[in-house]
Amino acid sequence: MAAEVGQFALILALLLATVQAGATLWGAHRRESVLMALGRSAAALQAGFVILAFACLAYGYVVCDFSLALVAEHSHTAQPLPYRFAATWGSHEGSMLLWVLILAVYGGGVALFGRTLRETLQARVLGVQGLIGVAFLAFILFTSNPFLRLDPAPIEGTELNPLLQDPGLVSHPPMLYLGYVGFSVAFSFAMAALIEGRVDAAWARWVRPWVLAAWIPLTIGITLGSLWAYYELGWGGWWFWDPVENASLMPWLLGTALLHSALVLERRGALVSWTILLAILTFSLSLVGTFLVRSGVLTSVHAFAVDPRRGVFILAIIGVTTGAALGLYGWRAPSIRSGALFQPLSREGGVILNNLFLCVLCATVFLGTFTPLFAELTGDKISVGPPYYSWVFAPFAVPLLALLVFGPMLNWKRDELAKTVARVRVPAGIAALVFLLVAVFAGLGHAVAAAGLALAAWLLAGSAAILVRRWWSGRAYLGRSILTTPRALVGLAIAHAGLGLLTLGITGVTSWHQDKVLNMRPGATTTFAGRTLTMTALEDVQGPNWQARQARFSVRGPGGTYELVSQRRFYPSAQQQTTEAGIHVTPLGNLYLSEGDESAEGVVIRLWSHPLVVWIWIGGFTMALGGAVSLSDRRLRVGALVKAPQLQPVAAE
Amino acid sequence: MKRFLFLVPALLFAGLLVAFGIGLTMDPTILPSMLIGKPVPAFNLAPVRPGDQGLARADLGGEPVLLNYYASWCVACRAEHPMLMRLRSEGVPIHGVDWKDAPADGDKWLQDRGDPYIRVGNDQSGRTGIDMGVSGVPETFVIDKQGRVRYRHVGAITQDDWANKIAPLMQRLKAES
Repeated sequence: MAAEVGQFALILALLLATVQAGATLWGAHRRESVLMALGRSAAALQAGFVILAFACLAYGYVVCDFSLALVAEHSHTAQPLPYRFAATWGSHEGSMLLWVLILAVYGGGVALFGRTLRETLQARVLGVQGLIGVAFLAFILFTSNPFLRLDPAPIEGTELNPLLQDPGLVSHPPMLYLGYVGFSVAFSFAMAALIEGRVDAAWARWVRPWVLAAWIPLTIGITLGSLWAYYELGWGGWWFWDPVENASLMPWLLGTALLHSALVLERRGALVSWTILLAILTFSLSLVGTFLVRSGVLTSVHAFAVDPRRGVFILAIIGVTTGAALGLYGWRAPSIRSGALFQPLSREGGVILNNLFLCVLCATVFLGTFTPLFAELTGDKISVGPPYYSWVFAPFAVPLLALLVFGPMLNWKRDELAKTVARVRVPAGIAALVFLLVAVFAGLGHAVAAAGLALAAWLLAGSAAILVRRWWSGRAYLGRSILTTPRALVGLAIAHAGLGLLTLGITGVTSWHQDKVLNMRPGATTTFAGRTLTMTALEDVQGPNWQARQARFSVRGPGGTYELVSQRRFYPSAQQQTTEAGIHVTPLGNLYLSEGDESAEGVVIRLWSHPLVVWIWIGGFTMALGGAVSLSDRRLRVGALVKAPQLQPVAAE
Repeated sequence: MKRFLFLVPALLFAGLLVAFGIGLTMDPTILPSMLIGKPVPAFNLAPVRPGDQGLARADLGGEPVLLNYYASWCVACRAEHPMLMRLRSEGVPIHGVDWKDAPADGDKWLQDRGDPYIRVGNDQSGRTGIDMGVSGVPETFVIDKQGRVRYRHVGAITQDDWANKIAPLMQRLKAES
């Protein structure tokens, strides 16, 4: 019954999305308030029906309704409840439904909270959102219906891929999708601006919080994905340059560029058409991300629904969406007035440099991801691996990080070189000191590592300097000076410091990681990376839906004695094996241990030492935290409400 | 001129779209071989079956044959094996290479499961695998009358692969002079 309700809700949502798109766009064109109001209601209703459809599917999963084909394929009665629920988006159909759910909720959000926008602008934004909704709802209903029934229903379902039965699945895809789909709002704003042929202050004030609201979950999602891969895949890598990882990194890089250029647009009214182009490209890359996973154009560990028919449908969606957007851009953007003038050495100039670097970085990832496809067109088969990225990505990423400290130190409009350099002398001194200390203690052979640590120190000190500089200038009233610091500024400092922590982690793990493989039996002892490991037991254990061969170790090393456990799990109903690594986490470095095959000589044990690796994820989360602090800034909350405060006394976000 | 600059993104995107479209029509699982159309490199392999003569480059040619790489540790080979037995019973000539495997294990495999090969050699070091560009087992090459590689099949041969790809090719090769 629930499935039929869900199916019906989806069909209604498709019809409502059509109404939403038609009524708002036509209404805005004819300036008919009634039509635009109809479109707004349709958007809110559409969100309601998609939520209902999603709830129906989730219900089917939770109660193990195996008469639903999708549930039978990805769930099992022995699967723990959180994973039965998370399995809702563990399949192609379910994840598309999640995609549309987030899209509809954002659309509903614009309809409900966007009353302070100019009515025609809001209507056009909703119209474009509605069109995207129509495309994806049609995609779900016509090529990947999640509510198909099985008759007769099987008694037991096929289990969800055991690798996915992890807290990572519960949180990683929704976060990523919140990010991907969140950029659709910026895209819709860009399209609305192009249709109207003008960009005003309200537009700029509205776009930035939406970009930020998408950027934060995307950052968290990517970080979670990296963390998940690290502990779940069993060999301790934290980034693989896999096409699908790249697909999430590309919108992140362009989204970060957009975040900065939108700031210039908001504050100074400059970079108008550039910001619009970035908004279009960021969302297009999110769509390409969706396309990559599902079409089978590129082979990837993530690909879970290789079906050319779906690929053609998504390709058509991308073609129409991005094609129409870029076509409209080529037609209308030249006539959009661009704002204030500025000199090369200024905050605006710094943001342009930042944008250039981020776009080049995005282009290198793009080329690395798609070169195999382009080469195939000429008949070659090649694959692009990590060496390409370390040769091409790093040389652009390092200067960006080095220049990053200067940006927030620059004044708007124009600045002087000598004064700018003087403002960063303390961080520069700290970085030089770190370089010298590391070079002296670790030896000149570690010059690259020393430079990496110095870069991390430079970023951390440079971020702190942003706040210290403000507080120092108001030191006569230090307490008030600290209290009145805008949250946007605090957020900026935190996010940039997060990059410093990320640099620290990457430098540590790439410069000093060690590994060792050996055969061990219970009672055997080995030394590794300053630690002594003894295998204390090798035993069988039984989980809810798995059996495992478990190796226990007692480790003595710096930081005392502790126990480490690694398992080889076997999931009988999925007929799959997974490795649960034993990881001891400390701020200075992780000990990573994974159990391999058993033979006459004992069990294969792989050991890794990952110095400082944990800072990679702390850095990622810190960046997201910075974004969240910035989003809570009073300016964004109040600024969006300037026009009609009496209608909307509560904060918009 | 300035107007044209604004159209550049749209034009680049059009090109990309065409590339994606063509990419969709391609099968990502096809792996061509560097050796297509070229003669099989020289080799001379030790026997797997005790007292047998092994497999040498000179054994190939004369009639179109399949050259099948297998190993006793390979799970997919286990799945492929009944198919090879069927082909053998239908009279398809197959030579085998026991790849990165101890000869005794390779021989036990043939005794336990049945022997589909005319000649079979052992390549414990994997050297011929490098010359032939083998990426893993099972892999099968179609060799023509002149001893040239004409087709490379990666993975187990399924009923589908045989009926649609390999059998028609073998027919054509037979007709060649």
